[in-house]
Amino acid sequence: MAFLQVEEIEKRFGRTEVLKGVDFTLEKGEVLAIIGSSGSGKTTLLRCLNFLETPDRGRIVLNGDVLFDASERKKASESDIRRKRLHFGLVFQQFNLFPQYSVRKNITLAVELLNKKLPAQERKSREDIAALGSELLKRVGLGEKMDSYPCELSGGQQQRVAIARALALGPDVLCFDEPTSALDPELTGEVLRVIRELKSSDRTMIVVTHEMEFARGVADKVIFMADGVIEEQGTPQEVFGSPRSEKAKAFLANILK
Amino acid sequence: MSFVDVTLQLLQGFEVTLKLFALTLVFALPLGLVIAFGSMSRWRPLRYLIRTFVWVIRGVPLMLQLFLVFYVPGMVFDAHIFAPTSEGRFTAAVVAFVINYACYFSEIYRGGIEGIPRGQYEAGQVLGMTKREIFFKVVLMQVVKRIIPPMSNEVITLVKDTALARVISVIEIIKVAEQLMSKAIIWPLFYAGLFYLVFVGALTLLFGFIERKLDYYRG
Repeated sequence: MAFLQVEEIEKRFGRTEVLKGVDFTLEKGEVLAIIGSSGSGKTTLLRCLNFLETPDRGRIVLNGDVLFDASERKKASESDIRRKRLHFGLVFQQFNLFPQYSVRKNITLAVELLNKKLPAQERKSREDIAALGSELLKRVGLGEKMDSYPCELSGGQQQRVAIARALALGPDVLCFDEPTSALDPELTGEVLRVIRELKSSDRTMIVVTHEMEFARGVADKVIFMADGVIEEQGTPQEVFGSPRSEKAKAFLANILK
Repeated sequence: MSFVDVTLQLLQGFEVTLKLFALTLVFALPLGLVIAFGSMSRWRPLRYLIRTFVWVIRGVPLMLQLFLVFYVPGMVFDAHIFAPTSEGRFTAAVVAFVINYACYFSEIYRGGIEGIPRGQYEAGQVLGMTKREIFFKVVLMQVVKRIIPPMSNEVITLVKDTALARVISVIEIIKVAEQLMSKAIIWPLFYAGLFYLVFVGALTLLFGFIERKLDYYRG
């Protein structure tokens, strides 16, 4: 059984059907790139995985655990959803850092809050949490910015902090929602480099992106979405090299010319 | 009547002014937050009820509300909730001011809270925070920063609005000055203005200080 199974996800907002039955699977350690024009449902799909939207139909199964099943009659409780969504991490297009906190606090705030809820003997010390913050920040190449505030950083640096923040909780699947779309072109490189370096055998990642070079070079699997359905999926070679669907052909011809 | 005598009398009145001011803030600031949550409630009947209440309170002169709070309970229930003593009059004034100012504050809070981008809430959510944690750890400080300028405006207005309490015979500073006027000396009235001016000056400095304190970040 695949590590992540997404089955028949449907989502509508009022009369607009945004997702019309999305199915895919992902193995542990794989990187999935989701491409497609705006309005195709990519972002909504990521938001469903992170429980920011509730799908109208479908199931999400991670590591054999059913995290979401729309056919269940009982609505999941707040705390249940909170526990389940920790399997996923999300890096936003607009970073959404907390402006009033230093970079370090941005990264460690959620860890501290979760830590408080643990039984006393399992709690991490303040020093351990601070050390985790420094380590993550070094990993995204911002070790010296520990005490800066988000407003003092460039967009690229802010997004790298946001990545460190998402990593702090050790999610099983890390999702990126167009992580470079809000950045000036000269800043996209540093963010993509960090994401590339995160690729490892036990980190599963889903990246919604318009950076085709990145998708081709880093992803193990590419999904092309159009009008709320997966039009085409496969390895980068298959999707970029010999797309079968007309929509995928048109999209790629347009974007790669 | 000597300058010192007048000063002492006005100071007594100003003590009442300051008490009314401070008590109004102490109760209206938290009550305003409660009203703000009500006016943003997802449950429509509550939202409409609260918004109608805020409309009425902001739409009717504060002076009428003072009369209403002080006199109407006695007329309806045939018993004075607020005794016609100086304490009773003062309490009635506090009640009227708290209700009135809580409604104004609630709109300031609502603007501040609604102005926080949804992404801030969502970032908290995906990091596994509870609704409470998101409000207190993520949103509140940002709201405080946003509402300081309109709050400072409203608080300064309150300082001077307290003079309205004289319509139900609360002996605050302007009332004292008016009583002196009836003895045919008019200058204490203008002298009273100086008390307000100095106090508002101090408040302006205080708000400036808070704004600078919160100036270490943008957004």
